[in-house]
Amino acid sequence: MSARLIPPSSELTQPYWRAARADELAVQFCQHCDQHSFPPRAHCPQCGSAELEWRTVSGRGSVYTFTIAYRPPHPVFSEHCPMVIAVIELEEGPRMISNIVGCDPATVEIGMAVQVAFEEIEDSKVTLPVFTPVKTS
Amino acid sequence: MSLKGAAAVVGVAELAPQRYTGDATILDLLSGVAVEAMADAGFYRSQVDGLIVHPIGGLPGFVPATVAEHLGLQPTFAEIVDLGGATGAGMIWRAAAAIQAGMCTTCLCLTGTRRRKRTPRGNNTNADTSRRPRSFSPSRDRSPQAEFDAPYGMLGANVGYAMIANRYAHEYGLKDTQRAKVAVDQRKNANANPAAIFHDQTLTIDQVLSSEVICEPLHMLEIVMPAAGAAALLVTAADRVADAKQPPAWILGAGESVTHSSFAQAPGLDATGIGIAARSAFSQAGVRPSDIGLASLYDCYTVMVLLTLEEAGFCARGEAGAFVEAHDLTFGGDFPLNTHGGQLSFGQPGMAGGMSHVTEAVRQIQGRCGARQIPGLELAYAHGNGGIIAEQTGLVFGAAR
Ligand SMILES: [Zn+2]
Repeated sequence: MSARLIPPSSELTQPYWRAARADELAVQFCQHCDQHSFPPRAHCPQCGSAELEWRTVSGRGSVYTFTIAYRPPHPVFSEHCPMVIAVIELEEGPRMISNIVGCDPATVEIGMAVQVAFEEIEDSKVTLPVFTPVKTS
Repeated sequence: MSLKGAAAVVGVAELAPQRYTGDATILDLLSGVAVEAMADAGFYRSQVDGLIVHPIGGLPGFVPATVAEHLGLQPTFAEIVDLGGATGAGMIWRAAAAIQAGMCTTCLCLTGTRRRKRTPRGNNTNADTSRRPRSFSPSRDRSPQAEFDAPYGMLGANVGYAMIANRYAHEYGLKDTQRAKVAVDQRKNANANPAAIFHDQTLTIDQVLSSEVICEPLHMLEIVMPAAGAAALLVTAADRVADAKQPPAWILGAGESVTHSSFAQAPGLDATGIGIAARSAFSQAGVRPSDIGLASLYDCYTVMVLLTLEEAGFCARGEAGAFVEAHDLTFGGDFPLNTHGGQLSFGQPGMAGGMSHVTEAVRQIQGRCGARQIPGLELAYAHGNGGIIAEQTGLVFGAAR
């Protein structure tokens, strides 16, 4: 449990948050052009098709880039700092913003393999996908 | 078809950046610089039939009409530009395009912001968190970024540009001292510009690198400081240029690109919209980056200048760090860059911050920059950048049509 900004969801994005609540990472998959996409939309950004289905993905990815924020970007993050904010590239293709948790921020590197984890947001019924380094041993 | 030579900037006015404004409303700040820009060009209000503004906090809509009424204008072309830091540059080519299309003959481009004393610079660690909203009001912000980026602290711009700096360093290598050199040379320029907010303060590489790290690797003194201020530019048709009191800064080429909104969806650093916009501007103008005598490049952060230098073609890919080390970027140097100080030293008065790169390019072309004037300048390039390298506009200005 941690304090964070609470994401405003919509009917269209509910499957994403329901999956996260069940400790799963789900993104949309276009049945027309066979591509995963993120963030959620009514139409595929590649081909415009409305035939998008939700698919649970591996939760594996790598760090495309990151920073260590020493000052909280919003006061609600005070207790998180210094915090690692990153762009994660999923194995399935899409990139998303996330945090890398469960490690010393100084050990984070671009290209590092990461795995999804789940964190409940304080005072909410929302679970947020975050990432942790993949243990190599 | 291109915009080349269809119109020129003939009037400029700027309210120098200040930390805070007094009681003047935003409409009065804008009308102040509008009146001054018309006077600068020697144009009467009745000769102005175009108006371009940007979204203004507190005005829910109808912004062009509200501003036009306040100024006593009844334009035949009224437009709003919403491209973040590229807004100012984006206004200029739209004005030229509207003139070329016969929608108006003389167009006022207005930018500015007020700023009242509230929080200190940077992010406020000591703020009372209990009174800050924890969630976004659904009616106010249902953007994908509010839902999928903000919960992770991806807010404001510091985080995104720090990510860019780290990715750039990973791909090409970049030293802290190379980023700092940009801030230091620009400060020398600001020391020759009385309007710059840091006019009276010198800066060294050591000072930059010993300032607080806000988002690794970016230091406080690599980050632009918000300010209050305003800028107005008057663009007129080629056949009206002779009516102006000031020499024209001809609009020779323009380019624009919008590639994403969330930084997670940005193209790679070798395929940004910066390059798309710049190549289009140079191609319209029929000139090359090496022909340019002043690079007036958007500098919300030191790293943005480095990225723009190579994406716009002023140096080879991956060599921006070495390039800034090898060149004197001051107004008297071999590669004059952001001769007004850049926003890093001039201050960032909202959208007038981005416009300051345009204003400086125009004034340098007009030969009105006093102590920091580049002698005999013929071509200048101004670049605007919005969001986290999301919106880009490039402009080539010339002393000759
Ligand atoms: Zn598709």
